Amino acid sequence: MPHNKTQDTLVGLFVAAGIASLFFLALQVSNLSSFTKGNTYEVVARFSNSGGLKAKAAVSAAGVKIGSVKSITFDPKTFESIVKMDIDAQYNTLPDDVTASVYTAGLLGEQYVSLDGGGSDDYLKNGSKIEITNSSLILEKAIGQFLFKSAEENKGSSDKKTSPKK
Amino acid sequence: MEFFRSLGANTRESFTKLGRGSYFLIGMLAGISSVLVRPNLILKQMHSVGVLSFLIIFISGLFVGMVLGLQGFYILSRFGAEETLGVMVAASLVRELGPVVSALLFAGRAGSALTAEIGLMKATEQLSGMEMMAIDPIKRIISPRFLAGFLSMPLLAALFSAVGIMGGQIVGCGLLGVDDGAYWSQMNAAIDFQKDIINGVIKSLVFGFITTWIALFEGYDAVPTAEGVSRATTRTVVNSAFSILGLDFILTALMFGDN
Amino acid sequence: MDNRGHHPNQNSLVSVHNLTFSRGEKKIFDNISLEFERGKITAIMGPSGTGKTTLLKLIGGQLFPQNGNIVVNGRDVHHLKRDELYTLRKRMGMLFQSGALLTGMNVYDNVAFPLREHTHLPESMIRSLVLMKLEAVGLRGARDLMPNELSGGMARRVALARAIALDPMMIMYDEPFTGQDPISMGALVLLIKSLNTTLGLTSIIVSHDVYETAAIADYIYVLSEGKVVGQGTPQEIKESSSEWVQQFMNGAADGPVHFHYPAKEEYMDDLLHCDKSLFSRKRLFGEKPAKRRRYS
Repeated sequence: MPHNKTQDTLVGLFVAAGIASLFFLALQVSNLSSFTKGNTYEVVARFSNSGGLKAKAAVSAAGVKIGSVKSITFDPKTFESIVKMDIDAQYNTLPDDVTASVYTAGLLGEQYVSLDGGGSDDYLKNGSKIEITNSSLILEKAIGQFLFKSAEENKGSSDKKTSPKK
Repeated sequence: MEFFRSLGANTRESFTKLGRGSYFLIGMLAGISSVLVRPNLILKQMHSVGVLSFLIIFISGLFVGMVLGLQGFYILSRFGAEETLGVMVAASLVRELGPVVSALLFAGRAGSALTAEIGLMKATEQLSGMEMMAIDPIKRIISPRFLAGFLSMPLLAALFSAVGIMGGQIVGCGLLGVDDGAYWSQMNAAIDFQKDIINGVIKSLVFGFITTWIALFEGYDAVPTAEGVSRATTRTVVNSAFSILGLDFILTALMFGDN
Repeated sequence: MDNRGHHPNQNSLVSVHNLTFSRGEKKIFDNISLEFERGKITAIMGPSGTGKTTLLKLIGGQLFPQNGNIVVNGRDVHHLKRDELYTLRKRMGMLFQSGALLTGMNVYDNVAFPLREHTHLPESMIRSLVLMKLEAVGLRGARDLMPNELSGGMARRVALARAIALDPMMIMYDEPFTGQDPISMGALVLLIKSLNTTLGLTSIIVSHDVYETAAIADYIYVLSEGKVVGQGTPQEIKESSSEWVQQFMNGAADGPVHFHYPAKEEYMDDLLHCDKSLFSRKRLFGEKPAKRRRYS
């Protein structure tokens, strides 16, 4: 069958547009571009509670993403959660006494690990352990504590003023 | 009693049809190798199946994305979470709307055309004539169309999603004032390549497979009269829509169920 | 056993032995035997609905008989493997009633289609072959037309060019004359005859056009209700003593084959038994003229 040039061109354009869309979805929309496998080193942190943290959540320092959570496992002996993180190899000057905390992005956002502080001259390297950790803030607990506290205060103040409504 | 009798008859009819469809499928798949050495045949069909569906997919994707941007903004702004608009638009498009809506449009645009074409070829004895020329119509006519539909579907779905995400961005960032950087970066952080993009592509491959199969089989199995072809075309659209939506539920449960 | 039509012949290209084929309850062929001699034009005639097209599909191996066998060129069509059947079909041309041209391509590509599918000839050679075949049917000038631009007669001639593209040993014509104007009919009659002699083909014509078929056929079988009711050369058929054959050949409205399709009841009884409401005053003399018109 003789080739039809217009048809070939149109099909070519169609396929190119489709593949470009796939690339767009892969690179621009999803987190594929942040995969830089091989150029990372692994550090471990133990949290008494890692809350809603999930694998692939961001690890950031000073608000900049520097790596991602690799895995989260439970240690049945110590009742702690073991969080393994992959840190981008270019950030190789993080002091080994940083504090790892689980924070929430915004009120309802995703949870992430933040690395803050530290002043040691030794740097984190592959297999390092982060000793100081802050657990996730559990909203119910926080609210519970807040209510309990304010109830206490109310109780104290109402004791003084003793003005029950009924 | 009459009800049960007709139910039984319908069941039997469904089984024989399923059997014919399976034989047809096997023949169709067996023909693929002989089609691959003649890419011209596939290219011609990709033109009529893919290129001609391009415009409807493009425009529908754009509008669906824009509507998502609008609706998403109204809901998310109640919670002060407009920044996650990108996540919402992208996740709903990539996971669900992209594969499903483009497959439904594909069934309506390309599937019905395939059924009518094959049905008419049967009615005008073209398939029979081909058989008498010692040319297997399944290999020569059906398989290239199947391959073209199967390959076009994921491309169309990806196009739909990509255009939709841009449509959402136009409305969200351009008109409603969501921060452009937040739109993309939040989306970037939340959309997972493996879980969302790859699963979306798998979905569209499954839908492409099932829709093209149904369309071609209904055409091939059509009663070779004007009425028979018109009924077959209707069945293609209806059955494809049911299969797409039903399979979407199953696939979603399998893919995202553990989350 | 009904073996009236069976005269085993060494010179047969196609032999049908004791063929029985039924569709549902209806017996289309009831134990018939036919012979088609090499290089001759053999016609199968009979009224519409006697399964003439079905016979061609049986010979082509598209349908399977319940009983009996069909031997084409020494090979039993229904006991061949798929590949062997396809190899055999390359040597069997068939002209469908509608022409069965591929509507998606023009005349040239239609004729080139079997050549491109079955051979690896260079395009220049295919071109020569296609033009040759088209010239033979007188449509070389129409090569760029699409099938929907052709008249019925032209479509059939293109289909004929396509059928002879692979130089088959035989051609089966399914109702080649039906619905043709006298000029196309004459052209087709001439074509079938000349192709048969120049290419040395064996032709099988299925038709109910008595005069045209009798003019070119070497041998005629007349079928009715699944049986061979008459056979012989056109001359023998014309002089046949069978009332049935006479009725068919002369086109008499009534005879052994009745004008009326068999009905269960007598006409008057049938009328009286029908729904009484059909004859109610309202129905017959009602206000709506549209309904009354139906009986006027």
